[in-house]
Amino acid sequence: MNKTVFVGVLALAGMSASVAAAGLLDEVKTRGKLNCGVNAGLVGFAAPDANGEWGGFDVAVCRAIAAAVLDDPNAIEFVPTTAKTRFTALASGEIDVLARNTTWTFTRDVDLKFEFTGVNYYDGQGFIVRKDLGVSSAKELDGATICIQTGTTTELNLADFFRINNMDYDPVPIETEAEAQQQYLAGACDSYTTDASALAANRATFEDSANHIILPEIISKEPLGPLVRHGDNEWGDVVRWTLNALIAAEELGVTSANVAELASAPGSNPEINRLLGTEGTLGEMLGLQPDWAVKAISAGGNYGEIFEKNIGEATPIGLARGLNAQWTSGGLMYAPPFR
Amino acid sequence: MANVHYVRGAMIEQLEPPAASSGAAGWVRQNLFSSPLNAILSVLSLALVYSVIAALIPWLISPTWQASSLSECREILEGASGACWGVIRERWLQLLFGFYPSELYWRVVLDFLLLIVAVAPVLFTGLPRKMLIFSALYPFLMPWLLWGGTVWGPVVAALGFGLGYLAHKLAKAALGGLAAMILAVLVPVIWWLFLAGPVSEAVASVLPLALEPVESRNFGGFMLSITIGVVAIAISLPIGIVLALGRQSNLFIVRSLSVGFIEFIRGVPLITLLFVASTLLNIFMPPGTDFDIILRVIIMVTLFASAYMAEVVRGGLAALPKGQYEAADALGLDFWLAQRLIIMPQALKISIPGIVSTFIGVFKDTTLVSIIGLLDPIGLSNSIRADQSWNGIVWELYGFIALMFFIFCFSMSRYSMFLERKLRTGHR
Amino acid sequence: MATLTDPRKESFRLGMLIYDTRYRSLTIQIIALFGFMVFAAWLINNTIYNLAAQGKSTGFGFLSDPAGYDINQRLLDYSSQSTHLRAAFIGLLNTLLVAAMGCITATVIGLFVGVLRLSNNWLVAKLMTVYVEMFRNVPVLLWIVFTMAILIETLPAPKDFRGDDPAASMVLFDTVAITNRGVYIPEPLFSRGLGDFPVMADRTSPACEVGEIGEIGDACGRFQVSLDLLAVLLVFGAGLYASNRIAHRAERIQNETGDRPTTWYLRLGVIILPTLALLIALGFHLGRPELKGFNFQDGVYLRNSLIALWLALSLYTAAFIAEIVRAGILAISSGQTEAAAALGLRSGRIMSLVILPQALRVIIPPLISQYLNLTKNSSLAIAVGYMDITGTLGGITMNQTGRELECVLLLMLVYLLISLSISAVMNWYNQRVKLVER
Repeated sequence: MNKTVFVGVLALAGMSASVAAAGLLDEVKTRGKLNCGVNAGLVGFAAPDANGEWGGFDVAVCRAIAAAVLDDPNAIEFVPTTAKTRFTALASGEIDVLARNTTWTFTRDVDLKFEFTGVNYYDGQGFIVRKDLGVSSAKELDGATICIQTGTTTELNLADFFRINNMDYDPVPIETEAEAQQQYLAGACDSYTTDASALAANRATFEDSANHIILPEIISKEPLGPLVRHGDNEWGDVVRWTLNALIAAEELGVTSANVAELASAPGSNPEINRLLGTEGTLGEMLGLQPDWAVKAISAGGNYGEIFEKNIGEATPIGLARGLNAQWTSGGLMYAPPFR
Repeated sequence: MANVHYVRGAMIEQLEPPAASSGAAGWVRQNLFSSPLNAILSVLSLALVYSVIAALIPWLISPTWQASSLSECREILEGASGACWGVIRERWLQLLFGFYPSELYWRVVLDFLLLIVAVAPVLFTGLPRKMLIFSALYPFLMPWLLWGGTVWGPVVAALGFGLGYLAHKLAKAALGGLAAMILAVLVPVIWWLFLAGPVSEAVASVLPLALEPVESRNFGGFMLSITIGVVAIAISLPIGIVLALGRQSNLFIVRSLSVGFIEFIRGVPLITLLFVASTLLNIFMPPGTDFDIILRVIIMVTLFASAYMAEVVRGGLAALPKGQYEAADALGLDFWLAQRLIIMPQALKISIPGIVSTFIGVFKDTTLVSIIGLLDPIGLSNSIRADQSWNGIVWELYGFIALMFFIFCFSMSRYSMFLERKLRTGHR
Repeated sequence: MATLTDPRKESFRLGMLIYDTRYRSLTIQIIALFGFMVFAAWLINNTIYNLAAQGKSTGFGFLSDPAGYDINQRLLDYSSQSTHLRAAFIGLLNTLLVAAMGCITATVIGLFVGVLRLSNNWLVAKLMTVYVEMFRNVPVLLWIVFTMAILIETLPAPKDFRGDDPAASMVLFDTVAITNRGVYIPEPLFSRGLGDFPVMADRTSPACEVGEIGEIGDACGRFQVSLDLLAVLLVFGAGLYASNRIAHRAERIQNETGDRPTTWYLRLGVIILPTLALLIALGFHLGRPELKGFNFQDGVYLRNSLIALWLALSLYTAAFIAEIVRAGILAISSGQTEAAAALGLRSGRIMSLVILPQALRVIIPPLISQYLNLTKNSSLAIAVGYMDITGTLGGITMNQTGRELECVLLLMLVYLLISLSISAVMNWYNQRVKLVER
């Protein structure tokens, strides 16, 4: 009896084992599903709801890519990854794209052989403390106990920051967001440090959010963005330009509300026409349908809409656009021209 | 001289035993206050029990069943301490089934009900032996129900065994035992490797009997734990038997390989094997192979369980009286016949309690997959806590998960103890 | 007419490799070895190919690069500029620390619970059964995170100790602070200490220059040995040995004369007095933990992750050990108890002098595997952020360098070595106490 189980599963394993095709784009198209690595749970960026539906800022990028490539924003397998498993999941081909608030660094790009396809959120590492701690600057944290999430760049930044400022601290490394928050709220750490966006997201859910402040110091640059493996430039281009399309759409005033109307006939702005496929063959060059960007934008709106819906000021997380505003309004979001 | 009795002539009425040594008072005195030390211990224990109950009961009874977020719970409780049961109401299905499509829950439930039916004849000897036929079919039925897809896949896989048996039978008459043995292995392997796929596809195109396929990524919660545990134990049993025989063998190389494998696996923590599953297994496989993470975890947990299973089976083998081996030799049975007809049936019977406790261990250890990011109950609890509505909830989730594990493991351990008692009398 | 023919000269035929028992075992072994080697070669070949395809280099050179991260609990000197190798070593020490602490407490608790489960006090016996079943049937990972949650949520934070009317206060005459960050206990200090001795030090390095207060820098040498502790341990050990000699002598006198001289005050004195004298000579005093800045300072700091892991592992393993102890005691025939009772021993002494020594033989082999389990389970430390070797080498180092293959292999090797040495030590002990059959 038991031998049969073994072979049964072997046969099953054989079925699910697939041989990688030459290009990832074709593979995704034949598979009909996009495998997207996301955070296993970060408020506002990626989290499953009661029905197992994933939502969030990073998730929206995946949905846009799936819409552009497969014409269906729901044709996605979300693979929850931890800080530890994300890179191996990507390197081994388990996922096609990693959209998990991952910082673009030199070693990740060059040594780990990944290709960052842009930045969807400019972040920086900050500290959150209780107001009654009486601290107004990170430089006053000498001797404090600080909670950090392990497996990220934050612990290296933290070590550097305290070393440079010749201060002492007691790091408490923690595996998951939820636990870090629990420790911080119970007073087991004086401060919790991670990306400022995540801090704001966390603070939003606190019972007494007014009693916590995020210190002014941002001790690192954390450009977060989706990434793919080295060596498949066609696929990299698809991910890169889908993201750029979302950003450009906001700049050009294309929203999920008016995109169908704008795409129905060529308008007066040639760049919008090229973006939406009513003019030129940009889609074809990418190996996609001419209306790829239309689908991507219809999936969840343009960059600004995605931002406002998931983490913007109207949401409990309440992040201001800040660095992530369009370059035209003083931010860093700057999509290269579509031509 | 008067006739004086100094011995009573008639029995007197039996007195009631003193109140202090009978009835409730007697029981209390005997069992709780038999000595000063015992009295102190009893009082302390009573105080402990009381304080735990007094603290827990008001917390447990909390009118928050309908709440849909933690803040709503806080409003309902108005500052009093109490559990927030809304999270369990909203998420209990998710904790049980993960992200399995809700309209297909029946498949999972059916699968585990059938599992009980399939395992029953192995565990309870009183049941009709014919049920074992179903037990043999179940391993093919189970993946089909869980993962879905065409019915012909498992059918064709099962057919391989039929072909092997047939090849053995036909060839034995025509070519002799050795060739039959080789053919019995070769034919199914060739069948699975080259023919099974096309055949099942061909049949499926003619007669498309299929269930809606479900990706293993949608597995989660207790269903994931049980799946990993059951599959790993079932596959590890034959591997464990082979390893146990290898370890007992007097062939040096075979023995060293078995001992090396067993000691290696038993010497490293499961979490390192799970790291291998999550980070390295794809590197070890031929380029292009892409097992999904749950399959990789099942593979590593299976290897882990096999080493422990080998030790359990070895214990069973060692417990057999030597006379059984000698009797088998005296009958002129060769090694495999002796194993199949005499040794293994008895050794496995003795090992069942050990196998059950290995299963409990593996089942409990499946919680470790949360560390590599799989959404088992503990992994899911982290995801749930990342949801804005439930951010900050702790005890209710852990309590629920612990309770489920307790019910499952406790009933199994009771069963294994029952079996142990039954087997012990059988052997004396 | 030949009635007898010589047996036909056997010539070697290929079939004999399988049918002849003389060759069969050899054939099987060669096939097994060949199969194994092919399998290993296949794995290695795949690995090399895949690594080349990913463009990754392999090698252990990264171990000598600066780690870049800090470790909160370090038994030896370590900073973020130390190497990955040293980080791994610090983690290893933490693993061994929690494993050793866990094994000791688990044994003690397990022994008590196992004996109490057989108590004739109904309530106590039932309570112990509830404890054992509760811990055995719930995953250890859940217990670890649960214990951590209890520590964090129920104990007071350091800030509760602050102010004129603090919500929490230190216990045991103001010497021990129990907070949700951990427990601070007084530390032994020596005002006339002997200092530390650096091992494998490069005398010329700047860290080894003797400072103004006659102390060398922390970073001098691979690690430093506290001479004070060494001296105290030596004197204490010598005391123990002397006490042992006195006991032997008492035994001899008892055997010869039948009278046992009263020696307990002598034995106690031999152990305590010299140690006490040394402690006074070294200027021993306790350093109390004090709330300074954000945290308590001074004193020995047992952090909450260590306590949670230690408690959860000990309680979990103790439940198993209790069952082993109970089974061991039940395995001793009741005749032994009755015989001991007939000799007039009290029930406590029956247990400690007659039952337990015999039960130990049954208990020790499964106890070894529980120690092994506890050590292996300590790798779950990452769930509570305790920086053991899985947290350093298998955690942060692996994440930051991306060398999964090397890190995981090294991690497995380390655990394997620990496991093998525990079994070796325990097997040696087992051999020693084993009943010599006559």
